[in-house]
Amino acid sequence: MYRWDFSVIWQYWDLFMYGLWLTVVYTFGSIVLGVLIGLLVCAARLSGWMIFSLIARTYQEIFRCTPLLVQLLWFYYAFPLLVGISIDNRVAAMLTLSLYVGAFYAEIFRGGILSIDRGQREAAAAIGMSNWQAMRRIVMPQAFKRMLPAFINQSVIQFKNTSLVSVISVADLAYMAAVVNGQTYRPLESYTVMAALYIAVLFPLTQIADWIERRLRVSD
Amino acid sequence: MTNVQQTAAGPQTVLEARGIRKSFGGLEVLKGVDVTLARGEVVGLIGPSGSGKSTLIRCLNMMEKPTGGSVIFRGHKIGKSFRDRDGTTGIGTLRRHVGMVFQHFNLFPHKTVLQNVTEGPIVVCNTPRAEAEERAMALLAEVGLAEKRNAYPSHLSGGQKQRVAIARALAMQPEVLLLDEVTSALDPELVGEVLNVIRRLADDGMTMAIVTHEMAFAADVADRILFLDEGRIVVEGKPDETIRNPTNERLASFVSRFNH
Repeated sequence: MYRWDFSVIWQYWDLFMYGLWLTVVYTFGSIVLGVLIGLLVCAARLSGWMIFSLIARTYQEIFRCTPLLVQLLWFYYAFPLLVGISIDNRVAAMLTLSLYVGAFYAEIFRGGILSIDRGQREAAAAIGMSNWQAMRRIVMPQAFKRMLPAFINQSVIQFKNTSLVSVISVADLAYMAAVVNGQTYRPLESYTVMAALYIAVLFPLTQIADWIERRLRVSD
Repeated sequence: MTNVQQTAAGPQTVLEARGIRKSFGGLEVLKGVDVTLARGEVVGLIGPSGSGKSTLIRCLNMMEKPTGGSVIFRGHKIGKSFRDRDGTTGIGTLRRHVGMVFQHFNLFPHKTVLQNVTEGPIVVCNTPRAEAEERAMALLAEVGLAEKRNAYPSHLSGGQKQRVAIARALAMQPEVLLLDEVTSALDPELVGEVLNVIRRLADDGMTMAIVTHEMAFAADVADRILFLDEGRIVVEGKPDETIRNPTNERLASFVSRFNH
């Protein structure tokens, strides 16, 4: 029978907290950057300009069709050789996470906008609104409601995806758990605490997401 | 558009389409159509489905961009861009003065009835909110929906939705109103309330183009009927010469289908 002993873990509590902090920073940082990228890519795809649309589409497919782990390794180890400058592992991590999630966000935004009936844009146009006014006042508010559940879902996945940055030695929660394990030889305790910390953050978030989703459904 | 020039089409012409052609891919839906709307005139557009009548009325406010021909509003040719530019009148200006009501209402579901009606004046015309709301309430009272001002469209019947849509178009104080099969999506018992509103507008002298399958209504309310078939105007005349006493064979066969 295995004898659990968390007492050795508490000595390294600071490491776990620091790791968790970095995980949160990478998650929210990449979500913010990812939203900006997603908006830009979505706009490019809906612009009607063949060349913009094609570039945006290519970017999306590359990042959606390769594993995040592969992207992290490529950006950290391969990309610097290509451009001849070394990239800090934290920069590579943030860049890759943002580009990865941005590709998915763009698709969520695009799907939300395209799901709005064409008649809405026509009705807005018929009272003299410009394309931009129709987008901002009529299409976006409706599309926002529809894309929110998918957006939250993708963001929850993003939080978990940050654990992969440990492979390029970014000291996130997963990395720190490995460090603690190396110090204590207590993998069960180290990795259980890590898992518990992920749950502690994400469970409340998914509950809030469900609640928002229910609220939106009621108001429809 | 203060400098109003009139064209040869007559001093009363408000909206005019000349030689309108429209193709979707390889399919030519309109094959060179001329329409004029005089001030205060009600024109009924009838014809079998696929004849191009909806496409034609949608060309009149550039909802569809014609592939040939031109739309002329108060003597000004409408350009290709949204804004007025280099002396041509923009599509935005045209649409501010030429309202449209759709078959499927297209009310804004995230806005209340009142907000649907004030949206245009506030956003497009920069009308102060208080003034826009006051005018909207008067219009809602006219269409019998003042008490629904705070309701959302999802809580309205089809007939009520369409009356709100008409109020929304009227809130822009249009010079012309385009009605595209506005009763086609309604349950039969709700058609009457919408037609009554339109009839009242006609009596008040609103200039209108109406695409409809309601033959009796068209004959009753329209000053002039245009019968379209296969992308061309085949017959044009007063209701008495067209719907009521068709001499053209195709028109006669078309009208007879509604008399059962």
